[in-house]
Amino acid sequence: MHIVVSMKQVPDTTQVRIDPETNTLIREGVPSIINPFDVHAIEEALRLRERYGGKVTLLSMGPPQAQESLQKGLSLGADAAFLLSDRAFSGADTLATSCALAAAIGKLSEQEPVDLVICGKQTIDGDTAQVGPGIARRLELAQLTYVDQVMSVDEAGRTITVRRKLEGAHEVVRAPLPALLTVVKEINEPRYAHLPELIRALRTQIPVWTAETLGVDPECIGLKGSPTKVRRIFAPPRRGGGEQVEGDPETAAAAVLDKLLAGKVIGA
Amino acid sequence: MAGLEIYKEKCIGCERCLGACRREALFMQEGIVAVLPEKCTACGLCVRVCPTEALKADRPPRPARQPRPQPVLDTPVEHGGVWVFVEQTDGKAARVSWELLGVGACLAADLGVKLAGVVLGHQVGELAKEAIAYGAGTAYLVDDPVLAHYRTQPYLHAVKQLVTRYRPEVLLLGATTTGRDLAGAVATELGTGLTADCTGLSIDREARLLEQTRPAFGGNIMATIFTEERRPQMATVRPRVMAMPARDDSRQGKVISERLDLAEDQVAVKVLEYVREAVAGTVNLADAEVIVSGGRGMGGPESFKLLAELAQVLDGVVGASRAAVDAGWMPYEHQVGQTGKTVRPKLYLACGISGAVQHLVGMQTSDVIVAINNDPEAPIFSVANYGIVGDLFQVVPALTRAARERLGSK
Repeated sequence: MHIVVSMKQVPDTTQVRIDPETNTLIREGVPSIINPFDVHAIEEALRLRERYGGKVTLLSMGPPQAQESLQKGLSLGADAAFLLSDRAFSGADTLATSCALAAAIGKLSEQEPVDLVICGKQTIDGDTAQVGPGIARRLELAQLTYVDQVMSVDEAGRTITVRRKLEGAHEVVRAPLPALLTVVKEINEPRYAHLPELIRALRTQIPVWTAETLGVDPECIGLKGSPTKVRRIFAPPRRGGGEQVEGDPETAAAAVLDKLLAGKVIGA
Repeated sequence: MAGLEIYKEKCIGCERCLGACRREALFMQEGIVAVLPEKCTACGLCVRVCPTEALKADRPPRPARQPRPQPVLDTPVEHGGVWVFVEQTDGKAARVSWELLGVGACLAADLGVKLAGVVLGHQVGELAKEAIAYGAGTAYLVDDPVLAHYRTQPYLHAVKQLVTRYRPEVLLLGATTTGRDLAGAVATELGTGLTADCTGLSIDREARLLEQTRPAFGGNIMATIFTEERRPQMATVRPRVMAMPARDDSRQGKVISERLDLAEDQVAVKVLEYVREAVAGTVNLADAEVIVSGGRGMGGPESFKLLAELAQVLDGVVGASRAAVDAGWMPYEHQVGQTGKTVRPKLYLACGISGAVQHLVGMQTSDVIVAINNDPEAPIFSVANYGIVGDLFQVVPALTRAARERLGSK
């Protein structure tokens, strides 16, 4: 089975701050990491390779430094990695991003047909969860989102059976291959990199593909290919602080409860 | 006239066409298929399944129309408008759909266009009426067994059918698993812009554009986004972000039915099992009026029992920050925040929660926030209505006792 994992290098947004004076992001000193959901995607790909044999290829669209994250992915055990990097890709919204990634997966498929694409459910910087479905639509892959378990792959029958985690329910779904999955954290516990893979990763070349390599329509990628445009960025509105309730625990508790009752917040 | 030609000599009497016909227009006569002209609309479904090419529809497929007296000047088919996808499971609508009709009504008024609901499913005619009761002037309805249970392909197909025909300017969906699964596929298929998890929607009247505001970078910044040229302008909104509109069952509206031109054997994905989680033990954060939530300060899973006791007295539920869930102290169902749920209770008690932006994004529109933390500098205090700086292991039981005194035991 040839599995492609589409992953992204993101700033660790739990550490990103906004400069209240300039309303811009302070990214200095904020480490770059593999998008946490993509780590689970890589792990699932590796587990499927262990079960069914085959190859795991990583793919990422980003600036040159995204090589580091691809290398981390290789050190977990992936077989190959490709970086899509080009000024022409920059400023892309999710539609333009899925265009480039789908083109790259198409190109990978020419060399070795791709059976499965696995993505994390969303990134922690964009938070849209749109790129996975976008790739699926463009490549006409069966789309299965919020997967929390891959139950089986029937290689002869060319189907995959997964469990999807929905609100207050779950469902078991069977889809034909090739398919695209987006996965949630509950799907697995990612492994740590081990020394042999770390060494192999350092030696593995990560080819960089440009827009020209992909032969993709320049109107479809980057800023040009993005129907959505950011007009304005601002600091989130701060909800006004309230009052400190003083006193020992008993006093403070009583005071708060009385206020809540008076305001009909509780006991209404 | 039927528009369906039958080549009797080719018919082998397999009756597959009878199974395919939705209009009950076909029947067998002496082992050969025959048609009732008044029922047949020449949709072509039977033609597709016939193994011997014994059937031919001599008109292109079109949706069935009920015969009715036509005025001399026929009203053209409605174009444009603000549309809301009415998500449903087993015939019950997701509440967020009605919330979107609420904000949709304002957007439609600002644009000077109609508001419509899009209802897809099987045996969901009642939902079309419900959409009208919640404010839609029109409900587009595609009712078909193929749509009984959500799957990307047939729902995408139906939405594309409707959008291509009736051309809305704006299309809103709830940011639920179904909504997000569908929205991404639809936006890519239509080559249009989609903004996820909007917390604010308004209209730039001059430019006739939808202003879509959403948090980004884990909630650290807010961005306002436009889709300038492509249509429809698509956006998803999380449940509980917008207010519920009033329901008025006396409202009048139009239901426009469309046929789904997709058969089950054309849909490759099959749902094998659907299991609703047991009601007992399911936490319903979305509808809770009171949430007692714990974070890193709880220190471990057992401490959440204290919160459960307080929640019980207040008739609420227990929530958790991402830190507590990642540490394994509480299951993910309880997680409030950017990668968890957005909640809008009357009362949110944040215990041992520092108030990182990613958490605030999920609960800052609560009516009243009470924060308990032993760190006076904790950011949570800057958004709390009432803050108690202290040891939560003393304050929370004190709150429980005080609440029992005032409200009675539960």
